[in-house]
Amino acid sequence: MFRRALWLFNKDLTSELRTRYAINALAMFIIVTISVIMFAIGQETISAALAGGLLWVVIFFSAMSGLSRAFVSEEERGTSLLLQLVASPTVVLTGKLFYNLILVFAMNMVILVLYSALFDAFVLKNVYIFFFSFVLGNTGLAFASTIIASIIAKANSKGTLYPVLSFPILLPLLLMLVEITKRCSEGVKFEDIAPEFFALVSYNVVIAAVSYMLFDFIWKE
Amino acid sequence: MTKLLLKKLTKTFERRVIFKDINLEWNGPGLFGIAGPNGSGKSTLVKVVTGLISATAGEITIETDGKKLSPSTAIDYIGFASPYLTLYDEFTAKENLEFAVNIRGQQLDEAKMDQLLEHFSLLKRKNDFVKAYSSGMKQRLKIIFAFIHNPDMIILDEPTANLDAEGKQKVYDLVKQTAKEKMVIFATNEEEELAMCDEIIKILSYQPAGRN
Repeated sequence: MFRRALWLFNKDLTSELRTRYAINALAMFIIVTISVIMFAIGQETISAALAGGLLWVVIFFSAMSGLSRAFVSEEERGTSLLLQLVASPTVVLTGKLFYNLILVFAMNMVILVLYSALFDAFVLKNVYIFFFSFVLGNTGLAFASTIIASIIAKANSKGTLYPVLSFPILLPLLLMLVEITKRCSEGVKFEDIAPEFFALVSYNVVIAAVSYMLFDFIWKE
Repeated sequence: MTKLLLKKLTKTFERRVIFKDINLEWNGPGLFGIAGPNGSGKSTLVKVVTGLISATAGEITIETDGKKLSPSTAIDYIGFASPYLTLYDEFTAKENLEFAVNIRGQQLDEAKMDQLLEHFSLLKRKNDFVKAYSSGMKQRLKIIFAFIHNPDMIILDEPTANLDAEGKQKVYDLVKQTAKEKMVIFATNEEEELAMCDEIIKILSYQPAGRN
C-alpha cells in the first residue's frame, strides 16, 4: 500500500514542480502575511508570547492558501476519475497526505526561518520542546488540511469553504500550539507542559483515525 | 475466465431513477455490449460496474478465474476508457501510462507499451506532454490506458468518440484481438460496434409505472 501511495506522492510532487500551483500561492502568501505583520507592528515592542502566537497565525493562513490544492487541482482538471480508477481510497489518502506533509514542513520551515530572522521578539528558551511540538503541529495540520481539502474539492465555493471548515477543526490544534510556543519562550520544562503535549499527540491520532474512516465515503461520491 | 453478474441493480439520483432491476450474467472471454438511447444510463451503469459510483440497490459480482473480486482489488483487474476520462496534461503519454501501471503495484512492460503506442500511431509522440495532443490522440491514449495493465475486464464507454475512421478501425482491431482472451464491454450507440458484440443488453430510459 505504501509503495502505491509513494507513486501517487511522486506524481503529485512532479506535477507541482511543473505547474507550481501550490508553491507559488504559498510563497506569495507567506511573504504578504509576514510583511503585513511587520508593518502593523512597526517600531512597537511586542512580547515573546505575542510573537509566538503571531507565528501560528501566519502558518494557519498560509496553509489555507495552498494545502487544498492536493484534491482541488484533481477536481478542477477532471482527473479525479482517473485516480478513482487506478487507486483505492486508502492509497489516495495516504499519497495525498505524504504530499501535504512535505508541503507543510517545507512551508513552515521557511516561515520559521523568516520569522526568526525578522522578529527579534521571537525568542525560544526551550528549543527542543518547541521542535517536537512543531513537528506534531505540522503533522496534525497536514492530516486536517488533507481531509478537509477532500471534502471541499467537490463544492462550488471551494476558496471560501476551506478556511471556514478548517477553522473549527484546526482551532484546538492552534490553541495548543500557541500555548506550547508561549511556554517555550518562557523556558518551560517538559514536565510542566506534558498535558498539552499529550493532547497534541491525541489530536493527531484522532484526526488520522477519523480521516481514514471517513475518506471512503467522501471519495466515492 | 471472467464473470460479471448483476442482480437487481438499481441506481437513482435522489428521486430520479436512472435504471432499475438490471439482471445479467456474462461469462468472458468475449465482447459484450451495453446499448441504449442517450440519457438511458449506459455511462452510469459502467461507472457502477467499475466501482466509480455505488449502486442504490442490487448486487455486482466480478470473478476472475473463480476468484471473487472485492471493490478495492477490482481496480487492478479492470481497464476503463471513456471520453470523459481526463489524463494528466502536464505529463507525457509515457508518464501517464507508467503512473497507471505503477500505482496498481505492477511493473511497466515497456515492450507492450511501445507495441500499443505503435498500434495507435503514437510511438513517436510518447515523450510529448499530453497537453500538446489533439482530442483524437488523447482518445487513443485513453484506450491504451485501459489496456496497459493487462486487465481481465476492459470496459470502454463510447470508445470511438473523437476518432477518425482510421482510429476507429485501430480500436476495433485491438478489441477483437483482446476479446479472444478477455472480457471486453462496449457501452455505445454505434451500430457497427454493437454488431461486433457476442451479447447485448439494451437499457431503455426508465419511466416510473403509471406515467406516459
